[in-house]
Amino acid sequence: MPKAEEVKYTKTHEWLHLAGNEGTVGLSEHAQKEMGDIVFVELPKPGRKLEKDKPCAVVESVKSAFDIYSPLNGEVVAVNEAVSGDPALINQSPLEGGWLFKVKADNPAEAGALMDFAAYGDFLKQNAH
Amino acid sequence: MSATQTLRRTALNETMRKYGGKMVDFHGWELPIQFSGILKEHEAVRNSAGIFDVSHMGQVFVTGADAFKLLQQTNANDLRKATPGKGVYSHVTNEKAGLVDDIIAFCLAADRYLVIVNATTSTKDYEWFKTQGTKMHVKVENRSDDYSMVAVQGPNVPKMFEQFAPEALKLPRFGIVEKEIFGEHCFVSRTGYTGEDGFEVTAPHKIIVQVWEKMMELGKPYGIVPCGLGARDTLRLESGYLLYGQDVDDEHTTYESNYGWVVSLDKGDFIGRNILAAQKTDGVKRRLTGLTLSGGVPRPGCKVFMDGREIGTLASATYSPTLKKGIGVGYLTPADLKPGAALEVEIHGRRVPAEVSKVPFHRGTAFAKTLYTGA
Repeated sequence: MPKAEEVKYTKTHEWLHLAGNEGTVGLSEHAQKEMGDIVFVELPKPGRKLEKDKPCAVVESVKSAFDIYSPLNGEVVAVNEAVSGDPALINQSPLEGGWLFKVKADNPAEAGALMDFAAYGDFLKQNAH
Repeated sequence: MSATQTLRRTALNETMRKYGGKMVDFHGWELPIQFSGILKEHEAVRNSAGIFDVSHMGQVFVTGADAFKLLQQTNANDLRKATPGKGVYSHVTNEKAGLVDDIIAFCLAADRYLVIVNATTSTKDYEWFKTQGTKMHVKVENRSDDYSMVAVQGPNVPKMFEQFAPEALKLPRFGIVEKEIFGEHCFVSRTGYTGEDGFEVTAPHKIIVQVWEKMMELGKPYGIVPCGLGARDTLRLESGYLLYGQDVDDEHTTYESNYGWVVSLDKGDFIGRNILAAQKTDGVKRRLTGLTLSGGVPRPGCKVFMDGREIGTLASATYSPTLKKGIGVGYLTPADLKPGAALEVEIHGRRVPAEVSKVPFHRGTAFAKTLYTGA
């Protein structure tokens, strides 16, 4: 399972871990902390075509809803059924048990434009109030 | 609101920060939305003990020979139920029978009442009472800026009060006692907004931090946790309590809000009585109706459908930590929907099956027939 330093990040707080042309997507440690207790997850169906930067899933905490944007163009090949049953997994381990779905990338090179751990850290600092 | 406008801070502001409160703007007040997490705080109150800073709430004192007369004239409930040492939950009504506010009026003595009002409406309420009491022998004082307030809530809270305020244990629900605490004149009432047994302490600012710390100390054996507005909202909605400005306002009546038990038509005249009497006879067209659903989290503003037709929107809605599903209330038409009736709620553009539920959704220890009176 990936470490926080090994994955790529979007400006909308998803993480992406690419292995060949298959990417695993989840919610960043920072985002899960900001959201608070997550109580409901709506995941895309396997086989669905995803468009980069378009909403494809919803994560809900007690107080708010949070859209998940696909970091890549591609097709959903697996979803994490465990988080549907126990959404708190996203709070407990956002990079392991709390992953959301796997996408087969049309063009894995798209991931090159995403932020690495250090750049995401800078991005969070710039956007902190 | 401009970004430069400063938020009002309670006397507990620094204490809230010290305990890790995540501060937010709540109608112009800086208050904690959460500390350790909404679910943990919610469960602490349901199962043991939690403490809230509710200093934004207002205090209006009504005193004088006509104090009872003024309150009886401006309230839908019968103030005769509030004998000295007791309070009554009531709706302050306007000429259209809409709500000026929902309040608790405590009778301290035959000619002396403490009215606990909502934060956003304290000035409006004060002016309303002043206007209505112009020709009466009554003094109306808005003391909201002089008092802080903490709510200590949960089934284990009465045990905490055995040392702190043993006289409070003898209080019935909505009872109140005046008491000197840390050298200051305070009020302790058996009230709250969570559906659990517990107390609210109204005290001058200068001792409120001491009161808070004392509660944390007495509550330690029970795992007391500081709680924020997030848990306050899930707890009150599960209990079916109204939130002024969201569930009720100047345009909705007590019968429409499904709080008909508050209306005392036989007590004599009061403002808006004729409209309420007509609604009692003819029924209402819309009613604040509860619903539950499992396929998502409903939010205020979500549209509600029955047989494919839109029948209203949700006023308050959230995830219920106790029921582990979505709950909400909204003004729905028809007004006579029965529990179990099939509905749909639109969440993120998708219609999710829901069903009409009775309210309260959950009955905590505040609803118990008998309360803890001491070991």
